[in-house]
Amino acid sequence: MSDVADRVRKIVVEHLGVEEDKVVENASFIDDLGADSLDTVELVMAFEEEFGIEIPDDAAETIQTFGDAVRFIKEAQ
Amino acid sequence: MFDLTGKTALVTGASGGIGGAIATALHGAGATVGLSGTRTAPLEELAASLGDRAHVLPCNLSDAEAVNALPKQAIEAMGGLDILVNNAGITRDNLFMRMSEEDWAQVLEVNLTSTMRLCKGVVRPMMKARWGRIINISSIVGATGNPGQTNYAAAKAGMVGMSKSLAYEVASRGITVNCVAPGFIETAMTDKLNDEQKSGILGQIPSGRMGTPEEIAAAVLYLASPEAGYVTGATLHVNGGMAML
Repeated sequence: MSDVADRVRKIVVEHLGVEEDKVVENASFIDDLGADSLDTVELVMAFEEEFGIEIPDDAAETIQTFGDAVRFIKEAQ
Repeated sequence: MFDLTGKTALVTGASGGIGGAIATALHGAGATVGLSGTRTAPLEELAASLGDRAHVLPCNLSDAEAVNALPKQAIEAMGGLDILVNNAGITRDNLFMRMSEEDWAQVLEVNLTSTMRLCKGVVRPMMKARWGRIINISSIVGATGNPGQTNYAAAKAGMVGMSKSLAYEVASRGITVNCVAPGFIETAMTDKLNDEQKSGILGQIPSGRMGTPEEIAAAVLYLASPEAGYVTGATLHVNGGMAML
């Protein structure tokens, strides 16, 4: 659990340039972490690469928060 | 100026006059080029004349699966894809009242939809690289209209609208999307015109002559260059003044 969360958090911190403690379970990429819509596409691309999974577009649209991302990746693995 | 050393470029329709000149110009500026087209023989010939840094990547643009696979093949062959030139195009001219849905659909498919598919395939690696150049070859006809070419004009105008919208979306990632709109250019297509048709056309061109494929290639080379990084969503008209837009 923590491993996936840590890796996702690292990507989010690096990509969006936010403080690590802001990246909490319910943090919305767009509303809380300052991402624009293209950033969310790039985050999904980065998750795909980091975890060696494919995230289809319709699934990507459901990933709105940090918690969503961690949950999706753990299920996909 | 206009040094593309280390860049990789995919050019569709490279077997034609304009596509061949574009590939030659990009190659001459130092780029590695992927030559795509339906006819393999002229592509092989062009690759042989260019020498190193030229790869033949045949593709039928009316085959969706083949089009979707092309960017990946290009990246495998060249090690990257920095520049995409959507140059391939077909015509199926007819008066609108006689135009079949098939002629309409075919022209839209090859000229517009395949452009969309290729853009989709290259945007991801370009976003990662934070650098990219997409140059779509439109036509004067997309801006002015032309009798007998409702399908072709719609596709070429559609290309401009698509390019502008995509340019908005990816500008912040260092990717530019532009169009070049040729007027009448000396190619196999215009060779078929008879003298009367030719003089009629020339009468409408302030420069008094047709353009050369190299003059289109020069516009593409500029838009592909690092120097054109602040130019995006633009259409560069290269038409001897035939339409001043």
